[in-house]
Amino acid sequence: MSEFVMRFLIGGAVVSLFAAIGDVLRPKSFAGLFGAAPSIALATVGLTTSKQGSQYAAAEAHSMIFGAIAFFIYAISVSRVLARYKTAALPTTIILMSVWFAVSIGLWRWWGRFS
Amino acid sequence: MDFSSLRETQPHEYIIRFLFGGVCTVSAGLIAKRYGPGIGGLFLAFPAIFPASASLIENHEKKRKAEHGFNGTIRGRLAASIDASGASLGCIGLAMFALTLRMALPGHVALHTLVAASVVWITISSLLWSISRHRIFHKRKKLTDQRRQDV
Repeated sequence: MSEFVMRFLIGGAVVSLFAAIGDVLRPKSFAGLFGAAPSIALATVGLTTSKQGSQYAAAEAHSMIFGAIAFFIYAISVSRVLARYKTAALPTTIILMSVWFAVSIGLWRWWGRFS
Repeated sequence: MDFSSLRETQPHEYIIRFLFGGVCTVSAGLIAKRYGPGIGGLFLAFPAIFPASASLIENHEKKRKAEHGFNGTIRGRLAASIDASGASLGCIGLAMFALTLRMALPGHVALHTLVAASVVWITISSLLWSISRHRIFHKRKKLTDQRRQDV
């Protein structure tokens, strides 16, 4: 139980820190880089390595590559939809989250066929 | 850098970010525990900050315009779009971060690997942003078009 409390506190702090860095940086396109900061990975990899070993953490990092590719497609989709249709940011980012889920799980399953 | 942006963010917005970040991190751990490192690893690249950041950028731009008596709705949404475009470049750095971890974690100290992967992330992301900012490939395309016209 204490492991998850620790994950919660570290995760919350790291995500908040990167969000604050993104707030103060200018221009907005550069600050946007911090929207894709490896916050969850930085918060968890150390704990995962100490609990389950480095091979387990490396296997997670392998899948993280697919998650990052999915994030890339998701971020481009959000950018295009916001610029073209001028929709509200929060519903757009939440609805298009389905793109992230579909692409990341699709890539992971596709890669699984070769390994 | 513009530290006045920190004052624009309301205390409840900081609390929401903290809670959301904490919940996402715990969820990634629980998913990995239930379904294994394959599915769990995907969630290490979950867009945790992104929806909240995009929404905050939109709201802050709207407020700034409203202070001058204008409706900044469209401007706010375009600012969020620019932020998303920057995040897409950060994602390539994020993939390189993951690749560095994948290659270096077995056999190296986790802390050293995390530091190295973070350096890779910020270097690749900044480099891509710089290339995009200076439109290096755009200029090349223009030159090629010009040459074609000359021919």
